[in-house]
Amino acid sequence: MQRLECLRAIYKELESCIVVTIMGAVAAELQSLGHRPNFFYLQHAMGLASSTGLGLALSVPNQKVVVIDGDGSLLMNLGTLSTLARYRPANMIEVVFDNESLLSVGGFPTATSTGADLAEISRASGIPRSSTVRTIAEFSEAFSGAIRGMELSTIVAKVEAIGPTRYVTDLALLENRFQFSRYVRGLRGA
Amino acid sequence: MDAVEKNRPMPVSVANSKVIYQALKVCEIRVVSALPETWLVHLIRMAEEDPEMKLVRLAKEEEGVGISAGAHLAGVKSAMLMQNHGFLASVNGIVSFAQLYKIPLLMLISHRGTFGERDPWQTEGGRVTESVLRALNIPMERLDDPATVGRKIQWAQHLAESSLHPVALLLMRELMWEE
Repeated sequence: MQRLECLRAIYKELESCIVVTIMGAVAAELQSLGHRPNFFYLQHAMGLASSTGLGLALSVPNQKVVVIDGDGSLLMNLGTLSTLARYRPANMIEVVFDNESLLSVGGFPTATSTGADLAEISRASGIPRSSTVRTIAEFSEAFSGAIRGMELSTIVAKVEAIGPTRYVTDLALLENRFQFSRYVRGLRGA
Repeated sequence: MDAVEKNRPMPVSVANSKVIYQALKVCEIRVVSALPETWLVHLIRMAEEDPEMKLVRLAKEEEGVGISAGAHLAGVKSAMLMQNHGFLASVNGIVSFAQLYKIPLLMLISHRGTFGERDPWQTEGGRVTESVLRALNIPMERLDDPATVGRKIQWAQHLAESSLHPVALLLMRELMWEE
């Protein structure tokens, strides 16, 4: 399964969500499908995408917040799962693309390549609705179910360790940040 | 409230914690992230008991940068309560999120390890905290007098919001500790 195929499969649903991605392949590939003002790409600070999602989910409780994380980033901040579980924002979905690799720095294997199971860690942290998916059909079904459900969900999608040829796009970091903030504040009427 | 907070009364100033908390309310802070530390126990309790406040208890302080960033991007004002060692543990988040993306952070940092410190394990952090803040170009003020706390917190928040940059308020022993 490829990350880009997964993103394509859920893109329609993402159009109406607040989306926070990590850096690297996810950010470049989602932009290649079409940037939207409700998409924020956290192009550094590995590990904090889910914390940002929690801050957003608590601030706009009537909007769906989708975090698109990765194994390398999540492994840097596993405590975030226990914090998410503590507050259980019903409007948040944590998607983890697990390619068992730190792809953008040369493909070094992460601990998920040696057996660490992020869905099990998520469940054991207190997020019962945690699953691992390996096909596009499974992924689409899990994601649609999470969008419809009123419960914090973690979806770990096992994907191949392949990505785009370059990661820098023509969307400046601050342009993305201010555009996104204006969009989310507009939703709150703030 | 957890058992430790309930069962181990410490000579932490309730009156001055109230002064600090009142200033956060005046600043219209609605989200507070925190990781418990002795000097912060009353502040955390006040945030927890306040129906207008969302308290986010963290596993590690750096998460608070993400929480505050998410809140700010949505137009919600937040503050971070942490010990200076928690600030030191948050440096990458501060640099490669808050500073990279121009996110204001109102950081209230208990400054352990300074004159009067009896815990050996706090002493190295006490020595380097202000130097690290200076190296990061983070404006800072010491809070040591309840008479000026309210104004300093408000002014710190004004600067954070106008500069879109982190600011630090160091909670000093004179303010927090009654021994």
